[in-house]
Amino acid sequence: MDKLVPEHAEIIRRVAADLKGRPGPLLEVLHAIQAQLGHVPPAAVPLVAAELNLLRAEVHGVISFYHYFRSRPPGAHTVSVCRAESCQAVGAEALAAHARQRLGVDFHETTPDGRFSLEPVYCLGNCACSPAVMIDGSLHGRVTPERLDALLSEADRKR
Amino acid sequence: MTFTAYVPRDAGALSLGAGEVAHAIAREATARGLELQLIRNGSRGAYWLEPMVEVATVHGRMAYGPVSPGDVPGLFDADFQNGGAHALSLGPTDRIPWLASQQRLTFARVGVVDPASVADYVIHGGYQGLRRALALSPQAVVQTVIDSGLRGRGGAAFPTGIKWKTVLEQPAGQKYVTCNADEGDSGTFSDRMLMEGDPLSLIEGMTIAALAVGATQGFIYLRAEYPHAHRALNQAIAAAYQARYLGADVMGSGKRFDLEVRLGAGAYICGEETSMLESLEGRRGEVRVRPPLPAIKGLFGRPTIVNNVITLATVPSLLHRGAEYYAGFGMGKSRGTLPIQLAGNIKRGGLVERAFGLTLRELLYDYGGGSASGRPLRAVQVGGPLGAYIPASQFDTLVDYEALGSIGALLGHGGIVAFDDSVDMARMARYAMEFCAIESCGKCTPCRIGSTRGMEVIDRIFEGQDAEGNVRKLEELCELMVQGSLCGLGGMAPFPVQSALRHFREDFRVRS
Repeated sequence: MDKLVPEHAEIIRRVAADLKGRPGPLLEVLHAIQAQLGHVPPAAVPLVAAELNLLRAEVHGVISFYHYFRSRPPGAHTVSVCRAESCQAVGAEALAAHARQRLGVDFHETTPDGRFSLEPVYCLGNCACSPAVMIDGSLHGRVTPERLDALLSEADRKR
Repeated sequence: MTFTAYVPRDAGALSLGAGEVAHAIAREATARGLELQLIRNGSRGAYWLEPMVEVATVHGRMAYGPVSPGDVPGLFDADFQNGGAHALSLGPTDRIPWLASQQRLTFARVGVVDPASVADYVIHGGYQGLRRALALSPQAVVQTVIDSGLRGRGGAAFPTGIKWKTVLEQPAGQKYVTCNADEGDSGTFSDRMLMEGDPLSLIEGMTIAALAVGATQGFIYLRAEYPHAHRALNQAIAAAYQARYLGADVMGSGKRFDLEVRLGAGAYICGEETSMLESLEGRRGEVRVRPPLPAIKGLFGRPTIVNNVITLATVPSLLHRGAEYYAGFGMGKSRGTLPIQLAGNIKRGGLVERAFGLTLRELLYDYGGGSASGRPLRAVQVGGPLGAYIPASQFDTLVDYEALGSIGALLGHGGIVAFDDSVDMARMARYAMEFCAIESCGKCTPCRIGSTRGMEVIDRIFEGQDAEGNVRKLEELCELMVQGSLCGLGGMAPFPVQSALRHFREDFRVRS
């Protein structure tokens, strides 16, 4: 396990201090850590546990339970392709296959150059405009493979 | 002179380019020296017309759509700011037939108002329900909700007023009102639309609930996949605090109600109410064994109301217009209106709010216009990933709790996902098992292990290993999961599989 860099430890202590007075704060704390660091480093677990007076197992158990929390840093851009029924009804499987092929990675992986992470998602609530894709928090509807290519190129031009 | 244009900030409309359209309109207005008041409203729910732009004219609001940024200069040339004719003209918004024929009670303000403005909300009838509730005893408020016949719109359809009565009857002390906004069913988006388009009606509904049962703290448990709704809710909550509709002295009543949004983290199971409570407490979202009911021992062990977004957002209108008005819509035990969501392979997808009593066929063809692909519809899935598949031969079924129940299906949260005749129902059945395996909380064995075994059995059928025996095994496994699972995830995940076996058995065969 990599050691926690001092700046990250400082951020985590600050986040925990801000939120620990709230009822049931663990998810809030993890969200705040991931919002600032992009992920929740495994080395953060003992520190979060100590700050919130929880067992390490409890913190690890929560991180591993929820799909949203990630233990490794994401790529520069996160691409979430919906796999749920409504999107499947209009070609989501083919769109997902196209995304995998174009990026050369499978779901839950990041491209070797660190540019893109590809994630599955189970419904983005855009089911009247399926198939849906979310890129860095921006939602896109009626996405064809060609449109996905254009969106990925556009994202890639950004930092 | 200033002209007023409406361009939705609804996530679905944005996903089709509404943000770029709003920019283009603002830019063009500046270039032409016109003063523009640009309001970012919710969506009217006619998604095949999005991005739909409206302008306020002396003849009321006029609609144009679907608008792309390139259309904007032409709209100005056609004097659209005064309702001028253009190829994209849809006429007066409230006379678009798809919208005009709806009965919008819960969604009356969605797409109409500025979601971030308390003043606009009040102009459109907002906070009349709370005003009325404050003049009534808590018992009378609860009785109004009971008399309206409102049932939980999250999917379980439990009578809302009865739940509230149980919480009211618990001894005084800390109580909570929680809103389940973990709308995870594929094919559903009514919660999202409401939270983005009229969040104050949810906030008002929760406030009425809190004052009725003696709760002082509320939480909205929102799924992390809804960042747009998150921003809209936080903005509306801040505005409600500012205008003293939330906080220490709600509407001058001397009563306190505080409300905040808590984010989920990508777990379908957290839409199950006890799992949601665990998650709100900062733990793994594992389901609790019931009893005790959340109404008696809920959040942090205290009496807690858990209601869905649509349920709570409907409450203000019950108080404002009276229980009889709401109960006057609908049929049998399904009272009031239902916001139905048309999704999947459908030409005119979107939100249709009507009194209970329409058939699937009316919804799919009269509103939906048939498939988007132009091919015949083969099946629909109603009620999310745990809902049964219904074949075209049963499209004359009424869309209400009892009628769907009678054919072994369920209404759930009111989402209808359409599939054309290219769908492979055995693959959809396999997906149902896969989804259950991915989302199982792991607490009970039938769900955790059964779902994975289900996938394997279907794979064996695909590989041509003893198809007949494996279909039988799949049927037995489904029965075991239904009977033996702790909650609805494992207990209902077999429904799509069983319905696929019942209606589309020919699809369960070897694959080359």
